[in-house]
Amino acid sequence: MSYNGTAIVAMTGKNCVAIAADKRLGQQFLTVDMDFQKIFPITKKTYVGLPGLATDVQTLYKSNMYRLNEQRDIEPKAFAHMVSSTLYEKRFGPYYIEPIVAGLDKNNNPYICGMDLLGCMDVAHDFIVAGSADENLKGMCENLWEADLEPEDLFETISQALLNAVDRDALSGWGGVVHIITPNEVITRHLKARMD
Amino acid sequence: MLQHKDGSVQNHQHGWEPYVDNGGTSLAIAGEDFCVIASDTRQSEGYSINTRFDPKIHKITDKIMLATTGYSADAKRLTEVIKMQTERYFYKHEKNMESHAAAQMLSVILYQKRFFPYYVFPILAGIDNEGKGCVYSYDPVGNMERVTFQVYGSASGMIQPFLDSQVGFKNQQNVDKTRLLTKEEAISIAVDSFTAATERDIYTGDYLEIYIVDANGIHREQKPLKFD
Amino acid sequence: MDKSILAEIVGDSNTGFKFDNALRNESLTSNGTGAPKATKTGTTIVGLIFKDGVVLGADTRATAGSIVADKNCAKIHYITPNIYCCGAGTAADTEFTTNIISSNLALHQMNSGREPRVATAMTFLKQYLFRYQGHVSAALVLGGVDSTGPHLYTVYPHGSTDKLPFVTMGSGSLAAMATFESKFKPNMERQEAIDLVQEAIESGIFNDLGSGSNVDVCVITKGKVDYLRNYAKPNERISKLKSYKFARGTTGILKESIHKFDIVVESDAMDVV
Repeated sequence: MSYNGTAIVAMTGKNCVAIAADKRLGQQFLTVDMDFQKIFPITKKTYVGLPGLATDVQTLYKSNMYRLNEQRDIEPKAFAHMVSSTLYEKRFGPYYIEPIVAGLDKNNNPYICGMDLLGCMDVAHDFIVAGSADENLKGMCENLWEADLEPEDLFETISQALLNAVDRDALSGWGGVVHIITPNEVITRHLKARMD
Repeated sequence: MLQHKDGSVQNHQHGWEPYVDNGGTSLAIAGEDFCVIASDTRQSEGYSINTRFDPKIHKITDKIMLATTGYSADAKRLTEVIKMQTERYFYKHEKNMESHAAAQMLSVILYQKRFFPYYVFPILAGIDNEGKGCVYSYDPVGNMERVTFQVYGSASGMIQPFLDSQVGFKNQQNVDKTRLLTKEEAISIAVDSFTAATERDIYTGDYLEIYIVDANGIHREQKPLKFD
Repeated sequence: MDKSILAEIVGDSNTGFKFDNALRNESLTSNGTGAPKATKTGTTIVGLIFKDGVVLGADTRATAGSIVADKNCAKIHYITPNIYCCGAGTAADTEFTTNIISSNLALHQMNSGREPRVATAMTFLKQYLFRYQGHVSAALVLGGVDSTGPHLYTVYPHGSTDKLPFVTMGSGSLAAMATFESKFKPNMERQEAIDLVQEAIESGIFNDLGSGSNVDVCVITKGKVDYLRNYAKPNERISKLKSYKFARGTTGILKESIHKFDIVVESDAMDVV
């Protein structure tokens, strides 16, 4: 968590979910990349955020894409269980990753789920946070989040939570990206942020 | 350290640990002509609650309060020392110490113990000699800074970014960043900070003490937080 | 270090746990990069036997260090229709251990054609946990009613077990046991037993910082289970004084892309129970 630095947050809204991440990749205090991808699309309405050790981010993403070769879409809940089992398989030599799954299920109900590095699932109705700025994000979300936000309001809430949280964490930041998943479209926005 | 004949080293030091973290959170917000200081009253150690009501905010003069977090015993001793010094000042000069003087004195008192510090994160808050709200924040060895808002303690990581957003208006377009908070807004933000922190930080809870310092003096309020 | 102790015990089989990251993680730790904190359940879990069966109880707080990771998690796990199990310790371990034992018992039932007994579940659990020498950190309270009557066990992470009329576990076990020791009596009525379990869990919730939020209760009697999720909610969130909704356009955007879906009716989405 503290080697590369990350901040990822997911929130539910009214018939929509949002997932946001910072863009920094570092080696401890040295910044290496300012446009590092940490959120990946799984299906058109399910995204996964992989905060943690960058090498595991990419390994886990590839191994899961490999497993997903089923020629059909997977439900967010089923996908979350799959990631969870993948992690627990390595109980005694874990991936340093705390994944967040966010998506709309086949009835367009919001689903967000966080996990610890061993795969213990936390299905929430409000928000899930992870990364080196997780404490900051928890504080922001606990205050800012409210039920039934429209997609545009959800965008403001999740963005403000992310931006203010990463500004108090030395290891994450350098811009942010937000995906808002609605029944008809996915809106991806890159945020204007402090670059320090 | 004890060296055996075979060269192996045995550590015979008894773990003398002079410091304990007693948890809890304190914050202060300075306004135009007032200051809000808030703190929870839980005092804990490990997974146990020592007491549900141990106030961490202390009155120094009619215009200055001291909010503490960290090691409770050190915090109480530090408060005692500051109170003693301000009282001596009062009898010597026949006037109360101004906030900037008390602030500098606190820095000196902390630095005097540079190599065996008070394990305390103090916030000195009140109104200055111009009647404006002021907040001074310190590290345990006396590094001082005058700020408009500060939070220290076990939930500081959660509350500080929230204050950046709501008091400092950070990361926001189309807002008047020079706007100062009203008293009611500042109190609401302080209270909401604590109700949120209580949800997620196990060391913050029980009761919330809020002090409002303005030209009329010091006003105190108390609210229950959660007890779990 | 060539092989971890665990690898020696379990062997290098292709099934079960995998150890390929263990060495790398060890070197990362020695380089000063700590592992992310696993979610623990500080927890108060209890169980007692009353006149007609067993009552299990649990709080609902999961922690990661001093931070609450989940405010309302379920710590009473399903084993079989007549057996449930409360878990304390590393959250992932309690979740997956109970899950594995649950499926093994289902297979066992199909094989033997009999309703599983609580003693069998207990034996499966202790054999599983003993195999991992305490590294699978699950401390459990197992309860159920089978053909031989009501049974209540505690299973410790190393695989030892107890069989007692009233038990507590987790960081709040002392607070809860104090309640049981002063008020438990044999052959209690159903409501009396539920009230005592609630009181024990609440004393854990309020006096132990590792436990918190709500009270879950599970009453198991002959042929019937009442899973009373959030039986008591003594810690509702204090409502906010202000709304912190931002005006639209507050956040600065550098670039935007919108991906519109072709509206098609999906007919073959996967289902998970």
